[in-house]
Amino acid sequence: MAIFLTKESKVIVQGMTGATGMKHTKLMLADGTNIVGGVNPRKAGTSVDFDGTDVPVFGSVKEAIEKTGADVSVLFVPPAHAKAAVVEAIDAEIGLAVVITEGIAVHDSAAFWAYASSKGNKTRIIGPNCPGLITPGQSNAGIIPGDITKPGRIGLVSKSGTLTYQMMYELRDIGFSSAIGIGGDPVIGTTHIDALKAFEADPDTDLIVMIGEIGGDAEERAADFISKHVTKPVVGYVAGFTAPEGKTMGHAGAIVSGSSGTAAAKKEALEAAGVKVGKTPTETAGLARAILAG
Amino acid sequence: MDLFEYQARDLFAKHGVPVLAGEVIETPEAAREVTERLGGKAVVKAQVKVGGRGKAGGVKLASDPADAVAKADAILGMDIKGHTVHKVMLAQTADIAEEYYVSFLLDRTNRTFLAMASVEGGVEIEVVAEENPDALAKIAVDANEGCTPEKAAEIVAAAKFPADIAGQVADVLQQLWTVFIKEDALLVEVNPLIKSGDGKIIALDGKVSLDENADFRQPDHEALEDKAAANPLEAAAKAKNLNYVKLDGEVGIIGNGAGLVMSTLDVVAYAGEAHGGVKPANFLDIGGGASAEVMANGLEIILGDPDVKSVFVNVFGGITACDEVANGIVQALELLKSKGETVSKPLVVRLDGNNAELGRKILSDANHPLVQRVDTMDGAADKAAELAAAK
Repeated sequence: MAIFLTKESKVIVQGMTGATGMKHTKLMLADGTNIVGGVNPRKAGTSVDFDGTDVPVFGSVKEAIEKTGADVSVLFVPPAHAKAAVVEAIDAEIGLAVVITEGIAVHDSAAFWAYASSKGNKTRIIGPNCPGLITPGQSNAGIIPGDITKPGRIGLVSKSGTLTYQMMYELRDIGFSSAIGIGGDPVIGTTHIDALKAFEADPDTDLIVMIGEIGGDAEERAADFISKHVTKPVVGYVAGFTAPEGKTMGHAGAIVSGSSGTAAAKKEALEAAGVKVGKTPTETAGLARAILAG
Repeated sequence: MDLFEYQARDLFAKHGVPVLAGEVIETPEAAREVTERLGGKAVVKAQVKVGGRGKAGGVKLASDPADAVAKADAILGMDIKGHTVHKVMLAQTADIAEEYYVSFLLDRTNRTFLAMASVEGGVEIEVVAEENPDALAKIAVDANEGCTPEKAAEIVAAAKFPADIAGQVADVLQQLWTVFIKEDALLVEVNPLIKSGDGKIIALDGKVSLDENADFRQPDHEALEDKAAANPLEAAAKAKNLNYVKLDGEVGIIGNGAGLVMSTLDVVAYAGEAHGGVKPANFLDIGGGASAEVMANGLEIILGDPDVKSVFVNVFGGITACDEVANGIVQALELLKSKGETVSKPLVVRLDGNNAELGRKILSDANHPLVQRVDTMDGAADKAAELAAAK
């Protein structure tokens, strides 16, 4: 099993022919991802050779779906064109759109989220400004390094890319069912709650690690969801205890405003929901390890 | 980016929101001429990006041009909650009959935009929300549909604006929505929105916050930046495209990825508790694919901070290979040396992930006297804190 992405997933890449798209398409293929095409209207009909794997380029997401049966799109489209690319993916009703692009204007992400909602959310959006998701040993849709860890029974959901990698590394001997980076922007598609719900339902996940950071109230709402709907053990980590008020810490969404969005409030909410919260990534990994050891 | 009131006023005027005449000045003497232009009287308002300036004495009524000079002189240089007043706005005086509140903002929780409106304006809206939540109407605004005439009417009705001004308020709401959309704002707030003695609706004071991710299509926004107020280290980092925030501790931090760097700050602060309470001196995310040049730029900023006593380089090699990062550190130190800069602060480096062994070997082989390798994040944080405390 795993969540959202399996070896059956047929993946296309919007923005594949750009430098970043090329680099990461090659890496995704090396991790065994079934990449069935790229999208670029100006290069439609051509193909790109990735170390012997010939990947066709289609003129639109719709065409790519018609010709390949693609059900996942990974987007490496620059910020100025990202909204149009996501809207195209939604119009083509692809099942999953993973938006890697960093630096998209909030009005654009709010607009494509509203658009997806108005179309009945047939397309699950992950990101933007995220590393994507990986189901180790099966498929990799994004930029998470494929060689950190192996298949296993931990599910991971995180706002941050490098903390995702760090946690996968800490628990690399146990392995992961799926790891998903949901992104650090103020408006994101898939939330902690969506991932928690999917991991709870996934028979191949025994424990969930949830990584949050300052800003917004997503962790508090996730805590509420956990207390009501999650029976599997959840271990948490929150970054940004030392972040001062009013300063954006790298991610557009990582900002403490007044008393809201603080790491302390998030930790408290998670602990009240029965989640064990570590002080450091290493301590958090230790908590997960202890629970799995029984 | 938060704007000053006078900048918000200018954006309002640009998009047709009714405002009063006003001009911003930086010296008391300039108040005389401006006040004369405004008809002989003016409200002198401190320009600071913090609330509560009225209570702090930052807003005064001047009865004539000479009085305006005296009031401007008193307000300029004033400290309001840690913000020094460098500019004042002189605004036309208003005949206030009623005070209201309206705003558009991003509602993160619901991933949509939100209109808020209240007929109880002129006070802190947080207080209204707390004490009398029914008096604050909150209406979701779809990002793609926008504030249509129907939506504006819905907001006006929900906030129970009186019938005689409902049409005017609805118009202002649509004009403010234009500001919100056209300027890529995260917040557009008017408090108070007033009804004047002769029944006109006017935006008397406003707050606007802009989305920096939209700078690529908002060429005019760069000029709105308050460069004078930026910390010199932050300004230097920004000029080099580095994601840097100055903090008040002693351990300089460099890492890759916003989440990992935030986590590094926390881990250093915890470690510091055992070492005389040393704390992180900054946030610096060098992002993915740190070249020697980016590493050198980062190190240069951090070593140039007189508060820094030790440096912690915390990198998890994801796509980035640790050997490249290690080479970056070695080259950065050589680069700084060749520029004639003396590096005397100890560096603790933790490398993990992609090609970590190779990276660690490069650091060991380089054997730089100031560079120490510690291979776990918690252990390295402890060493960096210890070194900072020993200085």
